[in-house]
Amino acid sequence: MSAHTKGSGGDGLKWVGRSIRRLEDPALVQGRGRFTADLPAAHWVRFVRSPNAAGKIRGITAPDGAVVITAADIAGVKKITPMLHKFNYKPVGQPILAEGEVRFVGEAVAAVVAATEEDAEDFADLVEIDIEDAPALVDGRAAIADGAPQLHAGVPGNVIVKGEFKTPGFDDVWTGAAKIIRCEARSNRQNATPMEARAAHAAYDSATGRITLHCTTQMPHLVRTAIADCLGIPESDLRVIAPDVGGGFGQKMSLCPEYVLIAWLARHLQSSVAWTEDRRENLIASFHSRDQYITLEGAFDANAKLLALRANVLANTGAYSCFPTSCGMEPLMAMAEMPGPYDVQQYECLARAVVTNTCTMGAYRGVSRPSITFTLERLMDKAAKAFAIDPLDIRRKNLITQFPYKSAIGLEYDEASYRETMETAVEAINVPAFRARQQLARDKGEYLGIGFATFSERTGYGSPAFAARGMAITPGWETVHISVDPSGFVEARIGSSPHGQGLRTTLAQIIAEEIGVPPQTIKVVHGDTDTAPYGWGTFASRSLVISGGATLIAARKVRAKLLKIAGHMLEAAETDIVLEDGKAKVAGTDREVTVAAMAREAYTQTHRFKGEIEPGLTESGTYDPPGTFSNACHVAIVRLDVETGHVKVERYLVAEDAGRIINPMIADGQVHGGVAQGIGNALLEEIIYDESGAILTANLADFMPPTAHEIPPIELHHMETPSTQSITRAKGLGEGGTIGPPAAIVNAINDALTPFNVEIDTIPATPQRIRALLRNATNSARPRAGGDPGATT
Amino acid sequence: MKPAPFIRHVPRTLDEALATLAEVAGEDGRILAGGQSLVPIMAFRLAKPAHLVDINEVAGLDKLADDGKFLTIGARVRHAAFHEPVTANPLGRLLTYVARHIAHYPIRMRGTFCGSLAHADPSSEWCLTAATLDAVMVAKSVKGTREIRADGFFDGIMSTHLKEGELLAEVRLPLLPPDGKFGFYEFSRRAGDFAMSAALATYRLDGGKMTDVRVGLGGAEASPRRIPEAEAELNGKAPGDAAFRAAGEAASAAIEPLEDHQTDAEYRRDLVKVVVRRALEHSLI
Repeated sequence: MSAHTKGSGGDGLKWVGRSIRRLEDPALVQGRGRFTADLPAAHWVRFVRSPNAAGKIRGITAPDGAVVITAADIAGVKKITPMLHKFNYKPVGQPILAEGEVRFVGEAVAAVVAATEEDAEDFADLVEIDIEDAPALVDGRAAIADGAPQLHAGVPGNVIVKGEFKTPGFDDVWTGAAKIIRCEARSNRQNATPMEARAAHAAYDSATGRITLHCTTQMPHLVRTAIADCLGIPESDLRVIAPDVGGGFGQKMSLCPEYVLIAWLARHLQSSVAWTEDRRENLIASFHSRDQYITLEGAFDANAKLLALRANVLANTGAYSCFPTSCGMEPLMAMAEMPGPYDVQQYECLARAVVTNTCTMGAYRGVSRPSITFTLERLMDKAAKAFAIDPLDIRRKNLITQFPYKSAIGLEYDEASYRETMETAVEAINVPAFRARQQLARDKGEYLGIGFATFSERTGYGSPAFAARGMAITPGWETVHISVDPSGFVEARIGSSPHGQGLRTTLAQIIAEEIGVPPQTIKVVHGDTDTAPYGWGTFASRSLVISGGATLIAARKVRAKLLKIAGHMLEAAETDIVLEDGKAKVAGTDREVTVAAMAREAYTQTHRFKGEIEPGLTESGTYDPPGTFSNACHVAIVRLDVETGHVKVERYLVAEDAGRIINPMIADGQVHGGVAQGIGNALLEEIIYDESGAILTANLADFMPPTAHEIPPIELHHMETPSTQSITRAKGLGEGGTIGPPAAIVNAINDALTPFNVEIDTIPATPQRIRALLRNATNSARPRAGGDPGATT
Repeated sequence: MKPAPFIRHVPRTLDEALATLAEVAGEDGRILAGGQSLVPIMAFRLAKPAHLVDINEVAGLDKLADDGKFLTIGARVRHAAFHEPVTANPLGRLLTYVARHIAHYPIRMRGTFCGSLAHADPSSEWCLTAATLDAVMVAKSVKGTREIRADGFFDGIMSTHLKEGELLAEVRLPLLPPDGKFGFYEFSRRAGDFAMSAALATYRLDGGKMTDVRVGLGGAEASPRRIPEAEAELNGKAPGDAAFRAAGEAASAAIEPLEDHQTDAEYRRDLVKVVVRRALEHSLI
């Protein structure tokens, strides 16, 4: 019952499946984009941030002439308090400005308001904060140690979320297993580092009393809902606009306290107020990501078939809980999706989030999946070693091949191509040729490695998926309004909020396919709560599945109405009419009418419809899917310099399946960008705190995103297993690129390390960490540094 | 504007520049040349100079001349000037090879050789070059001219023995012997990053044996310097793996390693061993 195909096209589709150029790009590449920081303002804000990780605020001293806002000034503003109704969640509120005490270095303590950005920064430099320093809790494991200081009164033991799951037959299967394999993995802390850091601009309209807030966000409607709640105002008094947004990657899908304050200030001053974050603030005080310890054990039978998995997930979630997802996001996703693409029906998991004196965790592209895939794929490689079989063979024994598949925790997997993508990748990379090259290199004292990562990726999460976590807000569905105006132009207003994904183009392709007008003439409007329908924004590989589904529903309604109007105008049966080239044509005749003429008729000559057709040409679609699983196999070939510990990714290959591809070029771009970020995750990027809670990596020389030099050409192979759980047949692919690299690259490093009998299970796999392992390697295969002494001459 | 407020002075002559510097040096006045190090630390407000004396308009500071004994490099000479050899002496090729490792192209178009030395970042390629070759620093002030040898110039991390009111007006690099050989190697995690360790070696061959050996090390200690223990392993020996390895080991043992979040002492010693040997291996290519 396999429905995998290679490549796209076919199906007689005209626009879907084509690599048309992105409609977004002409403005962006010609510098005509419009970003929040481009707006002029009467007042500018600079935040004064805590230099201490913990402690009581004894006093704040403002310089002469400065306007300084502190918590006391905004006493009526509610804290940001996301809610989960399950998993022993302990709600904590994040104050907009620190109240009485600080909980992480970088927490906003005061806001300085001045006429210019320069003055605000100069004044802020002179504000003195007196803090009674208290010991900082930095590490997740330290937070649950006996005697650890308690960060929040309502969170005993600092455990803010605790999920537990165990299948009934687990213990019997566990004790009967042939081998138990264990992996203790560490995913260190990152920052998503969007090119545009955070920014907000709020303006007060004295005629209406309304605030218009421009901000760089992935979810404008939810920002409006949340800020209206914090300020205690009707949502109609607040308009939120996400103009062009320079990347988000999840960091911009949580509510920033800074945005609440900017909106409050615009009301307070009855004027316009703006704030543009700098890179240092972004690295210290926006939202961080990852930071998990995962211990994963697998019980295998004598034939290396995985029988049971036991996971212990500890997520360091920082000082507060992000809105709306809450800090349950990382550990609870890990709990739900840990078994990944493998068939295993016995499962036990303990997943906790703990609070510490560090920057609050938010989402980052991949959320939990890079860490759990890394851990699970390390476990599979360790198991292959223990059974002395090929890492590919252990995957062949365990990958899910029968669909639909119900996981141990109850997730429904729709049809995917776990085996097929892996075999495609294996064939393309030519493993035997690599092994021969690896042996030749080893003989010269050079170390190459190959690593695989196979994974599933749940995408297009509908409301039930969020409800399963007990979230007070379940951002699942989307609505799209499509209207054809009297001049015949098509406009789609969407609740999603794309910021680089190319959604304006792909949705236009879906509409074009249905109603037969070129996508280049279709406008997709988003990001403004006054014009777009309520929606949840763009995150979690959801927009093409959910907004795309809603678009298809609305477009089909428009199509149906156009056929009716055409039938009326052309005096033909609807079934004889085709929509193409911007016209309705009666098949087999030369009778036709343009969409423009039909639209004009629909508004201006409605009496001719004799009450059989409603006036106007506007339709809506709403879609809330169950969720669908994309999948991929990533392969990395690395060269390890055993003397310095440096890793060079020589080759990177992806075989992926995201169901029907709407625009292959855009799909390729998503994978390329994701892999680049994944390489950063695997090798380079790490937010490091010292014991006092100060950040040692607060600039882009110390926090190291990969540059073009560190990213090899990325080879892509597409397969298409059309989704049965998504009406466009498309699955999400926004995050997949970031999920595979830590697993594939670190597996490859460990393959290169085989002669030394040491393994690394920490990301990023830095040269210092690799050298520390090699220095202590006891194996006789000591590095033959530099290879043959004569070779370099 | 990210930096704290400051006043920028733009003198046109050296005398004017030195007079201005004498006036403002006491109020934390600093020289602005390429600005590739100073401006970022001002943007972070780690440095808040009240005055900047911008020497980009000062006539005569762009000197770049080989007088047969020394290569003289003026305070306005940019890194990019060395993208092609500036002299037929082997020093020209050495500088071209080293320059390729300095940061990224836009930074090399703007940053200056003398500015790097005055900034004295421990991992600076030019500081390493100056230390290895025993450069002579020419400091000028309203009080006159002072020549400082490289081994008496650097004073720890981002610190030199330049006095208040002194401008590093030029640096004289001794030319290499016509048959001089050099090798350079540096290690960083990403292309263009600060070196986590770097080594530069020069020597001549006399009857197949290395002589006049210089081994300099940067990025490993608070200041770059020559490592006599490594040089001792090489002088009088034939170039080759045994000697190069011994030099690497000697350097690794001799240093007082800098430590930071990505490099503990043991790892620094590992890197020193490697960069010294690989720099020497490079000399044979």
